[in-house]
Amino acid sequence: MSAAAVSAGDEQLLRYVLRLGDLSLVLGQRLGEWVGHSPALEEDLGLANIALDLIGQARFFLGYAGEIEGRGRGEDEIAFLREHSEYCNPTLAEQPNGDFGQTIVRQVLIDAFQLELYEGLISSADERLAAVAAKAVKETRYHLRYSSGWLVRLGDGTAESHTRVQAALQRLWPYTTELFAADAVDEAMTERGVAPSLAALEKSWSSRIGAVLAEATLERPADRPYSWYGKQGQHSEHLGYMLTEMQYLQRTYPGARW
Amino acid sequence: MSAVRAPMGELHARVARAWEALASVEDPEIPALSVVDLGVIRYVTPQADGSLEVGLSPTYTGCPATEVIQNLAEQALAHADVGRFGVKRVLAPAWTSDWITPEGRRKLLQYGIVPPDRSSFSLRDLRRGDRPLACPRCRSTETECVSEFGSTPCKALHRCRACLEPFEYFKCI
Repeated sequence: MSAAAVSAGDEQLLRYVLRLGDLSLVLGQRLGEWVGHSPALEEDLGLANIALDLIGQARFFLGYAGEIEGRGRGEDEIAFLREHSEYCNPTLAEQPNGDFGQTIVRQVLIDAFQLELYEGLISSADERLAAVAAKAVKETRYHLRYSSGWLVRLGDGTAESHTRVQAALQRLWPYTTELFAADAVDEAMTERGVAPSLAALEKSWSSRIGAVLAEATLERPADRPYSWYGKQGQHSEHLGYMLTEMQYLQRTYPGARW
Repeated sequence: MSAVRAPMGELHARVARAWEALASVEDPEIPALSVVDLGVIRYVTPQADGSLEVGLSPTYTGCPATEVIQNLAEQALAHADVGRFGVKRVLAPAWTSDWITPEGRRKLLQYGIVPPDRSSFSLRDLRRGDRPLACPRCRSTETECVSEFGSTPCKALHRCRACLEPFEYFKCI
């Protein structure tokens, strides 16, 4: 190990910060895929604006991760030049857009998670994370307002829209288990006062989601014990395809600037 | 004026010139507003080495205008005889729409953008419960929100049902 290598404690912080950044980065990239394809101009703008906020958050987190790592990598190298298994986003974020309804379901589930997460991180012992969270939480409230508004319109809409979002909910619900599955990194961060406890987040997330689903006349799917491990770098097949497109320019023209 | 106080007076004058220069920098997305009206210039503070430090905050974390604003501010300062200076990005405390100046709010409305309608944003207010906005053209309150997001991250798109014109609303954040 080189002299510049981080201590074991910082290795865990690095991992945690990468998870925060990758969640925003991967979800932001997915939403960016809608640009020019949304059902209406307003939704094109809405999804693009949310993507912009998420990528802005990712820049702060990944830039900070580069500093913690101490190997001179900046936000762009971390965002665009890592391998598949080095991404630490929960698997839900990388799931394909599907139809507009499926995108909205994924968005509600993650917006509500990020809202609870950032509200907890505002009082983090890590000042950098607290500052980003205080900024991001205000944006995230608007994201959830947008996505939950659409979920209610679609769920409590026509028979067709109801059927589609209920099917999307059935498909995506199993991935939510991973959001709250604490591993050694999460436990260490909570212990150090850096991160809120995932068990506490799950409780408030669950009641918030329950209220939105009830208003949208959607049935809450049953929880299943199986979990995914995207946070540990084991992803679904979908991430690779997404990264191929996302990394194309940086890999083909190394160091390109404009 | 004594010899001791002269440099201090000169420093104040440089700070004043810096503020004046910054007040001439238009927001690239909302040219009716200066970056000072918008409240994104946090401070102009003399440093121990005699240079001036200018604090700049983004309105939204991903706002692409932030880099343009920084470039424009640096150009304006470079032409304003303020001596050496540096622009620093400041994240905490987070920028809020409460910091738009009264002058800025007046200019927004005149430009056709409704300024934020509350002085602070309720932490838990996620559902639509806002009172209807008055149309900036005909003042009717028969208006509706078309989209939470408009042409920039900081604005929402509304529509007036009386005069049928669309208008933008600068969101509370």
